[in-house]
Amino acid sequence: MPFQIIVCGGLAPDPLQTLEPVFDPARPSLRNELMLPAVFDPWAAHALYEAGHLAKQHPGSTVRVVSLAPKAKLQQVMMTVAQKLPFELTALDGPGGGFVDAAATAAALAGAIAALPDLDYSRLLLFGGWESATRGAGVVMQRVAERLGIREQFLAVDELSVEADGSLLIKERIEGGLHQISRCASPPAMLAWATGSLPEPPNHPQTGMANMRVIMPALQKAAAANIEPAAEYASTALPSAIRHTRIVKDVPAAEIAREIAGWIRE
Amino acid sequence: MEKILVLLHTVDGALPRAALEVLGLARRLGGEFDLAVLGAGAASAAQQASGGASKCLAVEGDAFSVSRYATDAAACEALIRASGAPLVLAPGTMRFHRALPGVAERLSAAIDTHVVSFTPDGVAGRWFYRQRIEATLRRQARPWVLLVEPGSEAPAEPAAGAAPEVLDVACDTRTAVEGQSAPLAGEQTIRPDAPLLFVAGAGWTKKQKDGAVHTDEAAGLILDFVRRTQCSLGSSKSLVDLSGEGQAVLPFLTHLHQVGQTGSSPRHRKGLATCCHGEEPHVVGWRFIQERRAVNLDPNCGWTRGKADVVYVADAFEVMRELLRLL
Repeated sequence: MPFQIIVCGGLAPDPLQTLEPVFDPARPSLRNELMLPAVFDPWAAHALYEAGHLAKQHPGSTVRVVSLAPKAKLQQVMMTVAQKLPFELTALDGPGGGFVDAAATAAALAGAIAALPDLDYSRLLLFGGWESATRGAGVVMQRVAERLGIREQFLAVDELSVEADGSLLIKERIEGGLHQISRCASPPAMLAWATGSLPEPPNHPQTGMANMRVIMPALQKAAAANIEPAAEYASTALPSAIRHTRIVKDVPAAEIAREIAGWIRE
Repeated sequence: MEKILVLLHTVDGALPRAALEVLGLARRLGGEFDLAVLGAGAASAAQQASGGASKCLAVEGDAFSVSRYATDAAACEALIRASGAPLVLAPGTMRFHRALPGVAERLSAAIDTHVVSFTPDGVAGRWFYRQRIEATLRRQARPWVLLVEPGSEAPAEPAAGAAPEVLDVACDTRTAVEGQSAPLAGEQTIRPDAPLLFVAGAGWTKKQKDGAVHTDEAAGLILDFVRRTQCSLGSSKSLVDLSGEGQAVLPFLTHLHQVGQTGSSPRHRKGLATCCHGEEPHVVGWRFIQERRAVNLDPNCGWTRGKADVVYVADAFEVMRELLRLL
């Protein structure tokens, strides 16, 4: 059965960047936020790779990415992401940082998805990351799915296989380093992915060029998303813990081992 | 202090530690609270912990004995509506992480997750940007659901009270839970009760001094250490990243071992990192590790820049061989 796979994903600051909060009770932000290099949100990226893999296994399937982010930054990130696998983009131009309200973000994403042409719920799989690397709340995908009336939802998914009868066999992370195995009889379903099981696809410039032919017009048409603050912040700060590191070098391994063993036993 | 609903679920018929921590928080806040429990044996578990609660509610039955979105969301929605409390405190378990955001959407409620503090005047504390920024906030919207991070509160001693009102909840679902599995070839991952986290970095599978890769010996040393110390085992980089880059991987590491930006942020008193550079994307997962030590050949690695208490500049193979002789 061909699937309609929709992947929700935003942007996150490159994890190697230093982040410094700028306090504002209604709209906290990061210093130089618009200048920070960005990446496609890591867990959403895993969801996208899984979507591409699934689409390849089921001919006729489509992959559409729906993203809410500052348009200019999204265009930069898409130059790289578009080289990974074929997909279409629906872009919403709006704020994408960690302090942006999750409920309003979900409402904007759900509205954009509901407006997509030819949406067939009997073939619909809604993908995304289980948490973002920015807000890290893990609530947007469930809210989007609820707004779309999708009541079969899975969180921290590492594996999806489509069985011969069309059912979806899904492995979700649970406590204790285990996976819970569930069988969903049929789409629609929402799967919020953890890391999945696929490596990042290599860049494929021809795919990138083909993708960008549809992505650029989509970016130009990106509707503005009005995301109002819903929380009043009392503080934003870097963690205060400072460690004075003791560096031990030119010491025999046996002596280091004795010190570590003593520390473990303390 | 506004009225609170303490919303819990059972695990194997009893309230887990994370549930008792939320009960402890509600009692510490000092206001009026209701208690609601969902899952197998919910009514019995609720009665054993309902001392001090104004109202006690439960949802149980075969459909609610497993962790599944459709049934959990229906039960939580019914329990929150039946209580009517403006604040809902729940443990941040995977079961509630999956279900409660959707419930919040149904109730037009606000929700915050990974909450590590909550004050009587309604200020919640949580982390942003994967534990890199901490913030406190308050909300006007009600109901306000707060998922409290396990390990951030002292657990309450449960006190028995009134028997719960058991709600009758109906729900259709197309999903059947078939069981649980451990990752293939998986070794022990994060054990919340272990005092020590041991992290195996990508350096274990890189070329060593003799110009060769010693993956088998590395695997033997690490597994021997983990089994002797009963520590948690983490990795610095995801298996998918390593295999995608064409690097050798330790055969027992799975995605569940990964600590950091796209992995877990475990809570342990001590952490020992080996063959790991201490880059920020990994170290954000160490935010709740109190005492940190690292073994690395590079004296300029990230750990030496205020991220660890002690850094041993040494060959981890040699140190681990000696360490295993002592343990």
